[in-house]
Amino acid sequence: MALATNQTERTAATTESVVVRYVLTGFALVFLTLFLFVPLVSVFWEALAKGWDLYLAALTDPEAVNAIKLTLITALIAVPLNLVFGVAAAWAIARFEFRGKALLTTLIDLPFSISPVVAGLIYVLLFGAQGWLGPWLAEHDIKIIFAIPGIVLATVFVTFPFVARELIPLMQAQGADEEQAALVLGASGWQTFWRVTLPNIKWGLLYGVILCNARAMGEFGAVSVVSGHIRGQTNTVPLHVEILYNEYNFIGAFACASLLAGLALVTLALKTFVEWRATQQHKGDAVPLEARARLASAH
Amino acid sequence: MSIDIRNVRKTFGDFIALENINLDIASGELLALLGPSGCGKTTLLRIIAGLETPDSGQILFHGEDATDRHVSERQVGFVFQHYALFRHMTVFDNVAFGLSVRPRRSRPSKEEIRERVMKLLKLVQLDWLADAYPAQLSGGQRQRIALARSLAVEPRVLLLDEPFGALDAKVRKDLRRWLRRLHDEMHITSVFVTHDQEEALEVSDRVVVMNHGRIEQAGRPDEIYETPATPFVTQFLGDVNLFHGRVDAGQVAIGDYAHPIADASATDGAAKVYVRPHDIELSREPGAALASGTIEHIHAVGPIVRVELKRDDSDAYIDAALTKEQYQSLRLMLGDQVYIRPRKVAVFVDEGAHI
Repeated sequence: MALATNQTERTAATTESVVVRYVLTGFALVFLTLFLFVPLVSVFWEALAKGWDLYLAALTDPEAVNAIKLTLITALIAVPLNLVFGVAAAWAIARFEFRGKALLTTLIDLPFSISPVVAGLIYVLLFGAQGWLGPWLAEHDIKIIFAIPGIVLATVFVTFPFVARELIPLMQAQGADEEQAALVLGASGWQTFWRVTLPNIKWGLLYGVILCNARAMGEFGAVSVVSGHIRGQTNTVPLHVEILYNEYNFIGAFACASLLAGLALVTLALKTFVEWRATQQHKGDAVPLEARARLASAH
Repeated sequence: MSIDIRNVRKTFGDFIALENINLDIASGELLALLGPSGCGKTTLLRIIAGLETPDSGQILFHGEDATDRHVSERQVGFVFQHYALFRHMTVFDNVAFGLSVRPRRSRPSKEEIRERVMKLLKLVQLDWLADAYPAQLSGGQRQRIALARSLAVEPRVLLLDEPFGALDAKVRKDLRRWLRRLHDEMHITSVFVTHDQEEALEVSDRVVVMNHGRIEQAGRPDEIYETPATPFVTQFLGDVNLFHGRVDAGQVAIGDYAHPIADASATDGAAKVYVRPHDIELSREPGAALASGTIEHIHAVGPIVRVELKRDDSDAYIDAALTKEQYQSLRLMLGDQVYIRPRKVAVFVDEGAHI
């Protein structure tokens, strides 16, 4: 387009000089390379150090398969639960005024500020054999700690804030006008939520779910405390990596770690895609019809 | 459908938004709620709609108490100041929304919905935009779609919250006229909120002037303008010059000048006297003048010439408005000394009642 050519040649008064730009960018790149890129590459490097066969054998080992299954189950339960909690909490905070609202907002951020180990300990103190509910649970033969329910609970706790924190500012910024308009037009609460609110928050929601899932699958500290490390039963992939490494089974450890690293890369790719789609929508929206027609006919 | 508002009161914490509001709106009337920001007009509108609940008082629709009815059951149409169009739906889906959320039994068929929506879009002259998204429309187009959307459910009352506030002057004028014509065609009881007095006076059948949560005056636009009931209404509508005087035996005296008052039995006392710029007569003859002043500013663009004078006896300014002919015949220039005589005054004795 004829419009764009001259703009790149002028330096605006608000950009830094070339030297500063290169130094800062270089700095950031060096930092990222050292702390992100090198570790990531080294995981795959070490995993494949003794060849493809040993790598696959490590991944198809029954205990590894079990760990993968447990990680998937945990994520499959924790993420939908937190999706519902997160949307409900964001709806309450962004749309209503009530006593205790500030407290709720603070509580939502609590899992971020607590050490994951402490988070796991909370559940041990609550549901463990010597815990508050321990005797009651033993009576009814319900196992929470050192069993799958405990792992799921601990994971739900640490991944709770992601969806809510993503949605609250988004819903506050969007305002309640559209929802009020829907109500005046005769829509029920559910219709309003489903047809007006949800489409408006879908990208923020997806973003929150992606982050929630990444954390749910990769959580170590809290799960480590409640799981009991029973091989083949209560080990998620992160826990399994630790066990294998402590036994000097480096290929095994790095092979499982490569799964997590792969998950990180997929998460990153999905995040970028979601961000791109969200901005695409906004960009496409901004050009009014008449201007578009003019642009089209100008060629 | 008529609306009766009885003793409505609304507070937000310590702030009294509405106090003792009583208003009867006739069926088919186009009423304007006019007032400065914070006077409670939008709160009152939202209470009528059901988007807010009053602390006490009643709202009656055609004699039936609707105070406890949920907003979705009131059959009102509401047009928001910032349109509130559903950004993820096309214009067509926006307008069809009210019909598509009806329970299955009362929902019209797809063809019927399509017919009604296209008819409304033609009414607002935007049928060619049916597949566009709100973000692709201009402000004026969005507001017309918002109006079409609210009319789709055949409301008994139409409520508009500063509908033209976010638009530029030319579009505002066009839409104002368009709304009036639409109302004349459809005869729905309509209430709109505005802080623009020109808009209120031009469009509506009746104007309700509000201030600090109370109704100052309700009446036809010409009534409100010619015979304002309180100092606030006088000052709010149009420009006005303020003088201080005394009421004494059927006359109001401002310095040496005396002006007869219509109501000869009025109570005596200190009073505020308001004179509109176009009711001020300028001349070079000194006899029986209210005041004299020196011309400091002349604004001669357009059919009305605005002359700003500084009083000789104080530092106050007086605004006068003359027609082009009057201005030319007087041959006024900057620095001239002129004498002022009012043709018409509004007098309020300091307890507030209009004389």
